[in-house]
Amino acid sequence: MSQVVQLAAYLDGIGLVGPGLDNWLAARPILAGTVPYESHPFAVAAPQSLPPAERRRTGLAIKVALAVGEEACAHGQLDARQLATVFTSSGADNENCDAICKTLASDDRHISPTRFHNSVHNAPAGYWGIASGAMTPATVLCAHDGSFGAGLLEAMTQVAIDRCGTLLIAYDMPYPEPLHAKRPLPSAFGIALALMPERSAHSLVRIELSLSDAAPDALAEPELEALRRAIPCARGLPVLQAVARGEGGRVVLDYLAPLCLAVEIEACR
Amino acid sequence: MNSLWLSHFTATSAIGRGLEPTRDALRRQRSGLVPCAFETVTDLPTYIGEVAGVDEAPLPASLAEYACRNNRLAYLGLQQDGFNAAVGAAAARYGRRRIGVLLGTSTSGILETEQAFRRRDPATGALPDGFRYRTTHNTYSVADFVRTAFNLEGPAVVVSTACSSSAKVFAAAARMIAAGVIDAAIVGGVDSLCLTTLYGFNSLELLSAEPCRPYDTARNGLSIGEAAAFILLERPADSLDADAVLLLGAGESSDAHHMSSPHPEGLGARMAMEAALKAAGLQPVDIDYINLHGTATPSNDAAEGAAVAALFGNTVPCSSTKGATGHTLGAAGGVEAVISALALQHGFLPRGVNTHRVDPDIPIQYLTANREAAPRRVLSNSFGFGGTNCSLILGRAT
Repeated sequence: MSQVVQLAAYLDGIGLVGPGLDNWLAARPILAGTVPYESHPFAVAAPQSLPPAERRRTGLAIKVALAVGEEACAHGQLDARQLATVFTSSGADNENCDAICKTLASDDRHISPTRFHNSVHNAPAGYWGIASGAMTPATVLCAHDGSFGAGLLEAMTQVAIDRCGTLLIAYDMPYPEPLHAKRPLPSAFGIALALMPERSAHSLVRIELSLSDAAPDALAEPELEALRRAIPCARGLPVLQAVARGEGGRVVLDYLAPLCLAVEIEACR
Repeated sequence: MNSLWLSHFTATSAIGRGLEPTRDALRRQRSGLVPCAFETVTDLPTYIGEVAGVDEAPLPASLAEYACRNNRLAYLGLQQDGFNAAVGAAAARYGRRRIGVLLGTSTSGILETEQAFRRRDPATGALPDGFRYRTTHNTYSVADFVRTAFNLEGPAVVVSTACSSSAKVFAAAARMIAAGVIDAAIVGGVDSLCLTTLYGFNSLELLSAEPCRPYDTARNGLSIGEAAAFILLERPADSLDADAVLLLGAGESSDAHHMSSPHPEGLGARMAMEAALKAAGLQPVDIDYINLHGTATPSNDAAEGAAVAALFGNTVPCSSTKGATGHTLGAAGGVEAVISALALQHGFLPRGVNTHRVDPDIPIQYLTANREAAPRRVLSNSFGFGGTNCSLILGRAT
């Protein structure tokens, strides 16, 4: 049996953070090609919605994930407590992983409870629940370099089958050395998409997803294209570029060879 | 949701390789837990559920780059109960792009990295040349391994939500099949012993110094285990054997409460069980047995027990099988779905081994002896760090 249900959703809110891309509003003209891209480091704070004890325990991965998730909800004027979430990351809190491995290789293998509970791939999802109060389903995925595609496919499937608004949060962060040499991720990065089953006044575009054999689209700007290739979650940027340019049509995203994901985009405004 | 057929399944854990030894151990009320002497871990007074012979389990040369304890355990698991052949037949029937691979793991092949850090270059700090990140350490490794081993080309993903991982894969696969993205899915989970979880749970003071005793009044922590569980999910065949097992419903929720402690009244757990019942179109009275998450930590069992009591009263027989297998973390949902399927097919409810005096403050019907019965529908709970909850309902075809 072939595909029987359209994997379609309305994109109501976007969150974005990366080098030279401080947030979606600032990045929009850059992705549209009207403002030149200039790489610069970025800073993200832990959200004030977390209690102080939890806020102190958050590393960069959690901050990036929560920042883009909150931005997408605010952009779409959505209540996070009503949204299911799909987190996807190639590696989660990679600094924390490095610290645990170094401790376990030392003479004193005592790791702290916070280190341990932050080591789970779903740590950002746990903090998201605490910060937002959302008791809705949250899933947490990994597909190495295909993590963005895997997250988008899962989120679109949830919207299509469960008919619930679903917030996709894709994020990555670099490993310190020595793992960095084995898995070089140049920067932290995050993309969030609020995907809704019904069109609203805030809907930016309608998107429809299918598996495809076509080659993935590249970005026009060479430095952004380098980020897209180097950071798994940045492989969702072609969708954001199309939205920023107000372009309908089709973009193709990296997924898992030999499969790519074709995204048909139709403007709502 | 539309029911799905567990057309083939298998589990390998400390109580045995494959279904028959697993069933035999449950029947004999045998625990696989032994004092911890894993790898170099000799300083933790705890018990573990270790699968014998994992490091010696061979991998074919074509999969050599995936060599790590987690993928060796996965490969060992795939060899049991004709699972390999079943996937081959399904691939021939549906096509290689029409079979998804959705597996749960929490720590993947991290043991490989833990050991590589001990062998860092003393001058540069670099990891050894032979260290392979993508195929061992990365969380996706085991799904990539299975997809590659079967030469599949469909969607694949690892769900990594700590100890609910390999329950949530059933829900994700059911959605993908309902949407027609795939026709069948290999689901389940693989988690293997490593230093991160042993020392990590020790840091939280959640390891028991004795074999874990779920729901016992004197329970004092968990015993970590390892396992590989695989299930082939497909739409039901036109005619099913009477003892065929179906996935009837799945329910997911979040606690939104704390990173490492469950909601004290088990609110999230209750929401997951209610969502599973709703998805299956069933009422609490329709459930004949509950395979509990039952980790044997004081807080988990109290919270889960409160949720079960609130929803089911004390009329449904319940047990945790973690006293036998240990807590297999990201594989627990898969292993316990397989145990639930065995209970349905063979008409017996496994007792919770090691539990002698059931906590009187938890008013549920906890099984301290095996029971012959004819369960038609069973519920299996899996909950994890970060407040992630998933309940599955399995049932007999007739």
